[in-house]
Amino acid sequence: MMVADVLRPRGAGLPRLRDTRAVWPVLALIAILVFDWVMVPNFFQIRVVEGRLFGNVIDILYRATPTALVSLGMALVIGTKGIDLSVGSTIAIVGAVISWRIHAGDPHIVILFEALAVAVVCGIWNGSLVAGLGIQPIIATLILMVSGRGIGLLINLLYGGTDPSFDSPLLQGLSTGHLWLIPTRLVVGAVLFVALWLVIRRTALGLFIEAVGGNAAAADLAGVNARRIIFVAYVLCGLLAGCAGVILTADTHTSDPVSVAMYIELDAILAVVIGGASLGGGRIYLGLTVIGALVIQALTTSILISGLRPEYNLIVKSVVVMIVLLLQSRNVRHHVTMLFQGRRR
Amino acid sequence: MSFKTILAGTALAFSTLAAGSAWAETIGFSQVGSEGDWRPAFSANMQNEAATYGIDLKFADAQGKQEEQLRAVRAFIAQGVDAIIIAPVVVTGWDQVLQEAKDANIPVFLVDRDVDVADKSLYVTRISADFNLEGKIAGAWLAQASLGNCKIVELQGTTGSAPAIERNAGFQAIIDQFPNMEIVQTQSGDFTTEGGKKVMEAFIKSTNNLEGICASFAHNDNMQLGAIQAMKEAGLNPGTDIKMVSVDYVPAMADALAAGEANASVELRSAVAEYIYPVILDYLKAPSDLPKWIVIPSDLHVAN
Repeated sequence: MMVADVLRPRGAGLPRLRDTRAVWPVLALIAILVFDWVMVPNFFQIRVVEGRLFGNVIDILYRATPTALVSLGMALVIGTKGIDLSVGSTIAIVGAVISWRIHAGDPHIVILFEALAVAVVCGIWNGSLVAGLGIQPIIATLILMVSGRGIGLLINLLYGGTDPSFDSPLLQGLSTGHLWLIPTRLVVGAVLFVALWLVIRRTALGLFIEAVGGNAAAADLAGVNARRIIFVAYVLCGLLAGCAGVILTADTHTSDPVSVAMYIELDAILAVVIGGASLGGGRIYLGLTVIGALVIQALTTSILISGLRPEYNLIVKSVVVMIVLLLQSRNVRHHVTMLFQGRRR
Repeated sequence: MSFKTILAGTALAFSTLAAGSAWAETIGFSQVGSEGDWRPAFSANMQNEAATYGIDLKFADAQGKQEEQLRAVRAFIAQGVDAIIIAPVVVTGWDQVLQEAKDANIPVFLVDRDVDVADKSLYVTRISADFNLEGKIAGAWLAQASLGNCKIVELQGTTGSAPAIERNAGFQAIIDQFPNMEIVQTQSGDFTTEGGKKVMEAFIKSTNNLEGICASFAHNDNMQLGAIQAMKEAGLNPGTDIKMVSVDYVPAMADALAAGEANASVELRSAVAEYIYPVILDYLKAPSDLPKWIVIPSDLHVAN
């Protein structure tokens, strides 16, 4: 009784904090990092190696950047109540195009734009199928998902394809290079994030996407051209996947369409969901989506440094993800609270 | 069916037979798919070399699906080929279709992976490299190079895949002979460059720049090439500070060995037609009991 009385004033403040979307993904990220810190005491140590910052935390940011870019695109598409399964294949095609054009001898700055243009074409293809022909997104984007890696292999064949590795100071600089002490890809990622945030939140586009995702018919009646909005979302998603594709391809400076960015679409969808959005559409959380991508990468990095046998990796990952998602569910939290309250009585 | 159609059909059958007789043997080859660097090279070698052995090779790509492979094998049986080569997608589920081939008196040869059948007489023999032996050769090289004193990080292939299991087992069997050799970290890099690079980046952090680590053993070259990139980006000297040993010997690894960034690679031959076709042709001429596994030798390539 007394305990309950003492708790009450704090308890009154808690629900509001508990219902803030941002709390759970951020808490999950902090929990994973604290766990790492307990496990590896020098986890947060950051040094300067070869002229750039070097450490586990930098690694997490560094490795999460491509996934975060793809996730941001996915957040837009999911906002329209859609889904884009083809982002991994888009990355495979972008990689193949980069390698092909480098072997063909194009200037590398031109290749950068060619790669992004190809990604936009992939986005236009998906957008046309979904918005133009009205095919269900999961099926429409499945087409490119299935065919994309094959297309990548065919592009590799254009120049023989026996050794698809390349050297490109410009592209590798964008991916594995560093500006002063900061890895370039973090700068690229931050710039793209700010640009996207401006486009989504400082123009009406974000609102329109959420309106279309919430109720396409109502948005149409309100004068929003739903088809055009959906189309734009898929094109932006393709473009962002293209940016991730440039970073991932330049990272290993080789084109490997069969395995590059395997299952990245699933990680991206997961990041969006951990960020608090529903696959039912109508909401875009850009910042939280990035946190979602960081949660996934922090988890992957922790497993890698934990010394856990590889057989357990996927199980641990799925268990943690499930816990995070359950915590986010208001129903589950409600039931858990009821359970504890019941016991107290 | 009218008499004319039957006649036409028979004529067609005879003309096919006549065309076929320009070749000594017709062999159907059901390949897994075209993933990675090694398998397309293997397929190309089998197709290119067929003519030199007077073989009419019917090639079917199963695109990684067993049902596709079963369909291809049944089609080969229906066509009445002289022999069937299968590179199985998976080890299980082969009893029935192999029985069908046996009933049709068509000998079946396995290449690459094994199959798990109750009746071993359903296939003539398996002709392939020995993943376990590859692991042993890598381990033996490292034992000698480190004088039996070495802490090792291991980049495993896709968890649960046959090459990952066998290369690990073979390598482990050798280093178990040396009390001061030990695998201190092991993770899966999924056989990809990207995966190898990510895992090595994490190893570098968790072992304080690979302090006290003497070698990196990767289940394939692609992962090792990724590990080399990660080490160079961390200011380490792969091949000098850390001994690098892996399996496959792909062209890019030959370059890395020449540059001194890697130390040794066990070759998984892709040009294996010269080991496979003679066995099949000899068997077709004079069927005999062959051992159930004919091992294709693995060579070790080292940096000079």
